[in-house]
Parts: sequence; C-alpha cells; structure tokens
Amino acid sequence: MSVLIYAEVSNGKLAKNAFESINYGAQTAQKLGTDAIALVLGEASDAADAGKYGVSKVLNYTGEAFKNLVPEYAVAAVVDAIEKTGADVIVFPHDYTGKAVAPMLAAKLDAGLVSGAVELPDNSNGFVVKKAVFSGKAFAHTKINTDKKIISVLPNSIGKNVGDGSAEVETVSFDVSGISTSYTVKEVKKESGEISLTEADIVVSAGRGLKGPENWGMIEELANVLGAATACSRPVADIGWRPHHEHVGQTGIAIRPNLYIAIGISGAIQHLAGVNGSKTIVVINTDPEAPFFKACDYGIVGDAFEVVPKLIEAFKKFKAEHQ
Amino acid sequence: MKILVLISKVPDTTAKISFTENNTKFNTEGVQFILNPYDEWYALVRGIELKEANGGSVTVLNVGRADNDPIIRKALAIGADDAVRIDTDDLDALNVAKQIAAYAKDQNYDIILCGKETIDYNGSQVGGMVAQLLGLPYVSLATKLDLNGDTATLERDIQGGSEVIEVKLPFVASAAKGMAEARIPNMRGIMAARTKPLNVVQPVDAANATEVVEYSLPPSKQGCKFIDPDNVEELVELLHTEAKVI
Repeated sequence: MSVLIYAEVSNGKLAKNAFESINYGAQTAQKLGTDAIALVLGEASDAADAGKYGVSKVLNYTGEAFKNLVPEYAVAAVVDAIEKTGADVIVFPHDYTGKAVAPMLAAKLDAGLVSGAVELPDNSNGFVVKKAVFSGKAFAHTKINTDKKIISVLPNSIGKNVGDGSAEVETVSFDVSGISTSYTVKEVKKESGEISLTEADIVVSAGRGLKGPENWGMIEELANVLGAATACSRPVADIGWRPHHEHVGQTGIAIRPNLYIAIGISGAIQHLAGVNGSKTIVVINTDPEAPFFKACDYGIVGDAFEVVPKLIEAFKKFKAEHQ
Repeated sequence: MKILVLISKVPDTTAKISFTENNTKFNTEGVQFILNPYDEWYALVRGIELKEANGGSVTVLNVGRADNDPIIRKALAIGADDAVRIDTDDLDALNVAKQIAAYAKDQNYDIILCGKETIDYNGSQVGGMVAQLLGLPYVSLATKLDLNGDTATLERDIQGGSEVIEVKLPFVASAAKGMAEARIPNMRGIMAARTKPLNVVQPVDAANATEVVEYSLPPSKQGCKFIDPDNVEELVELLHTEAKVI
C-alpha cells in the first residue's frame, strides 16, 4: 500500500500543478500512514525537488515515448509504477494531462475515480473525497468503493507547502514498443511570453464595459504590473474583441486564481461559474446593481476608464515599495 | 461513416443548486434540464458537420431514464439520425462508460464524440473510460477536428499552449469550445425528430465504482467591501494586508 502521484512535466521541469499534486499525495499518504512516491514521465531536471513537497522517492520514466503526452503510454507507465510500488491510491492533477490519462487508467484498473478533488480524502468512514460539482456551485462528497482509488486534484485548491529535502530519483527505462496506438503528437505550440490562464495566481479580466477592443491596453498594463494573466467574458470573445482562449466562464475556461479582478463584467451566473473558485474577487463596475457585487470580496463602483489607470499607479507604487 | 455522440442531461446553467433528503439528493424541484452544452454545441454539431461532408450517420446515445427523452429528441432535432437510450440510472462515470462500451463494441463506430465534461459533475471521465474499454485512442479536450480519409487531425489545449494530434479512425474524442458553432434546431428538424428512431436498450450488469454520500454548498461570500473610486490605494492595502493575495 502506498500513494503514487503523477507529477506532470512541462518544458523539461516539474510543472506548477505537479507540486500541488505531490503535496496532496504526500499529505494523503501521511493521513493513511503510508508512503508517497512521485512518478515523473519524461525528462525533468528538477525531479529531486519533489522531495521539498513531501515525497522521498521519485520514479522517473525516461525515453522518447514521454517527450509529449501519449495517453496510452502514460497509462502503461502508471500501471507499471503501480506494480512496482504496490500503490492503491493514485493522484493526478485535474488539468489537461490528468483529464487525458486518469479516466483511461480508471477503466483499465476498474477503479473509481473522483475528479476535481478540493480536500484530502476522509478515511474516517470509507474513503470519501470532496469534489467540486455544478461548476463550483457545490461539492459532492464522493465515496470510492473499489480497492484502487484514483483522485485528480483541482488546481489551486489545497495550495503548496514547500519544505526542505530532496527525493531519491530512480530512473526507469520503459519500453513502449509493445503498445500499439495510432495517437501521434504532430506539433506542440507554446504561447511564448503569455502567462497561462489556468496557472496564473492573478487574473485581470474585462467585459463589455470596456466598450471596444482598442481599450484593452490598460487591462494589459494592469496585468503586466501584477504579473497576471488576462481574461475576458463570453460576449467579448463572441464578438471578437478578444481571443476565445481568454474566455472564462461556465462554457469557457474555469479558473481558480488567488486574485481575480473583473472590470466591466456584470457577473452573469454563467460567468461566475467559471471564476467562483477564486480566493479573492475584486469587481469594478459603473452599475452598483451589477450582480457581481453580490459575489465578490471588494468592489469599486466607478468608471473603469478612471479607476483602472489610478489602480495601475497604485499597484506600481506598491510594487516599488515591496521589492 | 458511423459517428456516435454521447449526450447527457444536466440542469440549466442558471438553475439554483440545492439539495434534499439530508443533503444526499440534488433538489430537482423547479429545475429545468437541458442537453449538456459541451455535448450539444461542440460534439453533436461537429459530428453532424462531418456526416454532412462525408456521408454516413450520427447516432446519439444517452444513459438514463425515460425523463431524458426530451433532450434526446432535441439532439435529433438538431440533426442526429437516430438515438439510443440505455435504460438505467447514471450515477457513476465508470458504470455509465461500461454501459456505453457494451453497446458500442459491436457497432463499428468510426468516431465517438462527447463533450469535454458535463456542467453538473464536471468529471471529464466518461470519454476516456469508453476509449479504454473499447481499446481506442482518446483525444481529450479537442478544440478542432478535421478528417482526411481514415486519419483525423485534432487540436487540443495544453498548459500554456496547444498541440496537434493525429489519430487513425476509429477513435474517441471529447469536444471543447472551438470545435463547432452551436446550431438552433429549426421547425423542420423538430418535426422530423418526432419520428426518428429512439431505441431503448437494457443495461448490462455493472457496479458503481463511486457514490455521492453527501452534498455541501460553499460558504457564502462575507459580503462585498466597497471602496471609494477616489481611494484605490485602500484596495491595494486591503489586498496586501487583509486578503494577502499580493
């Protein structure tokens, strides 16, 4: 019995989500009185850093097969690692990678999967995992009935605890030639320079209140000052003021940053569903009746064209004082 | 070309979420149910477009009880040719996937599509499970799908970018925003949907791998603290000292 954590790699290093998964798995192992082992597929120069987040051992599966994500190869490697470690709890990040691999693994192992976990499992009566449902509007405490248990962790839900320590890294060369799949990654396109929306700690978002795409300069500047990613509401993406990949909401991307600043967005229920996992929400809107004011922590009733430039100056001053 | 689209019934996006029976059941009173938007807008419409371009048929499949028939008829009105409903409760993703795989395994579908997740349980599970059970490749969260003979080219988002995937038919894919534009059923479609076949199939034996034992609601926000637009420095201060997010 042990906990195996699928620690994601991005650009040759452990991904930001990996640290949270490792934390989650290590704390779960502690709760269950067992060991946690991280599984790293592909080259990660900082694999030993997994130790800082609570595991003492890393299994690093290397080889061309793991350069990009091919779900069948990843599933086979996880199954192999489960055999090696005797793991019966397997932890994934609930992101682009976890969503590709965890369901296939669950079917392969005939194991229950709870996706989008927001807390450590409760083992006081069975094995119950709290997960976000209804786009963050509620939680379902879900019991896993199978011997093997798979959990995918909602990003930014348990945070990251960094400690000392370094993990022992065992390299495993894994042969995938016996696995037949037609799945091929032909090309990987990275958006250089931009901060990834789902990974950003701070997100600055704007809506129709901005009146036109030409007015986004101040939104980008505000984001820049804060080291934030930019986002937008659905109508703004639909009329083409901003690219679709910036659309956050129920039918766009769901995000859970520490700070979400919404400018000129009224706060329709579908928009809230995509951002209600944010730790702190700031709303700037001219309309004091905007529904978003009922779902935020801090509000400014005012004209974005006056408030945002002042806010940029105030944040600049703050940053200069807190270097 | 045979295309299967997996569809789910979900509460409307504006539905009030509450629970009954000691917080163990979703309170359906006054809730309007709809076809899951990701299934409808992206998976189903792209399936129909591929059929229109390449010939063949689009079948929609739902796991659920007879009260799901209105949303199945809606999928037929949008343009699916026929429908299958596997007559059992959909309480657990793995059980649902086993029902679908048991039906689909002898049907030789070329493409199986579903939405990237349902907007109620947000699991993103069934597509990948069906793929594994049928031994097919699974392209998750696809934003684009093009066909060239027996090869499909798909795009999917990844952390900080996107990737292009090539896969041979048959395969399973889950559809995200970008794959197609929503279609509104017209009167002819709605009329035709009434007479299109809806086959009710009996379930196979499968256990639930998971079960919801209780629901809970997030703590409500403490209430908004309003800040004078002429004193934005106060906001900066509060974000630093009170919220501790900067």
